[in-house]
Amino acid sequence: MYETLCLSALPEGESAYVTEVNAAPAMDRRLTDLGLVRGTRVTCVLRSPAGDPCAYLIRGALIALRRSDAEGITLERRAQEQPARAVAT
Amino acid sequence: MNRVALAGNPNVGKSTLFNALTGLRQHTGNWAGKTVATARGSYTYEGQEYQLIDLPGTYSLAAHSQEEAVARDFIESGQADGVVVVCDATCLERNLILVLQVLELTGKVLVCVNLMDEAERLGVQVDLPALSQRLGVPVVGTAGGRQDGLEELKKAIAALVSSEAPAVPERAPAERVTLAERYAAQVVRSRSAQRLRRQRRIDRLLTSKATGIPLMLLLFGLVVWLTVAGANFPSALLTELFARIGAVLEGWLAGAPAWLRGLLLDGVYRVTAWVVAVMLPPMAIFFPLFTLLEDLGYLPRAAFVMDHAFQRAKTCGKQCLTMCMSLGCNACGVTGCRIIDSPRERLIAILTSSLVPCNGKFPTLIALITIFFVGGRTGLLASLEGAALLLGTLVLGVAGTLGCSRLLSATVLKGVPSSFALELPPFRKPRVGQVIVRSMLDRTLFVLGRAVSVAAPAGAFIWLMANLTVGDASLLAHCTGFLDPFARLFGLDGVILMAFILGWPANEIVLPVMLMAYLATGSLVEFDDLAALGALLGEHGWTWLTAVCAMLFSLFHWPCSTTCLTIYKETGSVKWTALSVAIPTALGLGLCLVVSTAARLLGLA
Repeated sequence: MYETLCLSALPEGESAYVTEVNAAPAMDRRLTDLGLVRGTRVTCVLRSPAGDPCAYLIRGALIALRRSDAEGITLERRAQEQPARAVAT
Repeated sequence: MNRVALAGNPNVGKSTLFNALTGLRQHTGNWAGKTVATARGSYTYEGQEYQLIDLPGTYSLAAHSQEEAVARDFIESGQADGVVVVCDATCLERNLILVLQVLELTGKVLVCVNLMDEAERLGVQVDLPALSQRLGVPVVGTAGGRQDGLEELKKAIAALVSSEAPAVPERAPAERVTLAERYAAQVVRSRSAQRLRRQRRIDRLLTSKATGIPLMLLLFGLVVWLTVAGANFPSALLTELFARIGAVLEGWLAGAPAWLRGLLLDGVYRVTAWVVAVMLPPMAIFFPLFTLLEDLGYLPRAAFVMDHAFQRAKTCGKQCLTMCMSLGCNACGVTGCRIIDSPRERLIAILTSSLVPCNGKFPTLIALITIFFVGGRTGLLASLEGAALLLGTLVLGVAGTLGCSRLLSATVLKGVPSSFALELPPFRKPRVGQVIVRSMLDRTLFVLGRAVSVAAPAGAFIWLMANLTVGDASLLAHCTGFLDPFARLFGLDGVILMAFILGWPANEIVLPVMLMAYLATGSLVEFDDLAALGALLGEHGWTWLTAVCAMLFSLFHWPCSTTCLTIYKETGSVKWTALSVAIPTALGLGLCLVVSTAARLLGLA
């Protein structure tokens, strides 16, 4: 069984795969341009002082997203990704 | 002539490559979408002339934004004999998405994998021949600002323009992403590098809850301190130099009528000399330091740290970047607002752009801080104190920006913050030599030139106002007398208010105008010594409260004429331009009224 969570709930240092993107059309396009589509591996790398926004590693680039935008992105954690801390950094 | 377009994602060193090829100087920033205008340049290779068109950095060519439309239209129009897509070797997978998209528009594509040196340091290796085979177009590797691979690139461009290749059929966006992923997996080898881990550690330090904000204040504080502490000595030297030149000029003009001598020497020359002497040193220190922070890639981190505050103000996090640009020059900040996509949020950023003090206000602020709050002392402690107070003034400016943005979001520019994604590019080793040259040529001399061209006629005008008498007093005295009762209400006096009005063309001349008016001699006397300046202000009734109010009003008042014009050009509306004047003015007058009334009621002044 895969564990499902939204991007904003992804703890710092952990990775998961995108299963669904729910965003306004403009943001959806921007995310696709950045390579964030279904199946993309995302790692939460940085958390800003207020905890929002966070910066995610998406296809080798570090992209900051606000919580309100990250909430629309659903992820699944695959079993082998659980101890992913070393990979994330 | 052969025409070649340069396309690519933001932050891939496209503009640096453009400069290296054409030798044209152009500003390159480290944040997304900085190159908004299309820059052109040319070079000759083996007797052939090539014109390069630097397209705006974009993540896509879908024509959803202005930049994307510009880039797409140009490539589609067939005006280019070839397109060079510049990629960042450290992040090839994401960059390939754009490459694939360009290949759907034209087949005459050359892929330039830039920043190969950075990639190597980060443990990333790109197999260029394999990539070329997969994409079906030539691929060359380059290393940014260095000369590595430039000859090869020129050679490949020469081959590109005479090649013929059809475009590939259009793919669905998600398909491109999948294909990019597959290609990247086949041609990129990366091993976990010490350097990448170190970058992440630095990143965490710069953005964490405990250290993010203190480090940001410390960094900006350091820049401000170096500016305050370093500017004194060269300023004094310049003042002395200009005094000597002035003496020579006086000799030359000895035979001229008194009014002409006064107009040229006391009016034009002295005001211009003052502006250069007090402005040039802080600018020559501040701009390179700031460009250094930008080149390092720190500014997007600052925007990341500050974003929550902008979110609370219901605006775009990129406003932090435009605010930083305003710190150099408000007009540049206004133009910089183009990086904000949402029209509502861009307008808010434009309307609040003059709430952070520009470089032209620094000399006035530094002088008032030094005289009234550091007690005219010099030395390390005094300069630290001065820098801390100036940093405090900056923080007040940021608070004003956030407050007014929030207010605008709740009233005339209602709305919810739009979605945005901010890329935090990897830290890059700044090219110190280039930073100095670029910040001096593009920023320091540019801003100084503008200030001088305004200061010279303003000097003549002010001299005339101070020397033409109507009845028993000069025009200037009439004006300041008229303004005086009103100004006193706000803790200022008529002269101060008049100086700010006459300083509309350039904030730099505010202090010299004040001095001319106080001295009533109608000309500016050399004040190389701040103690003498302090004594003069004291004679005219200045207290610490006057200084606080003058500083507040200097921080928050109408934008200078250049900024007003830029705002009008960017918004195309008299109404919004008027509001951009009204907001800082109301805030400044309001704060002065509150502070001066409170101080008087409490019997503090």
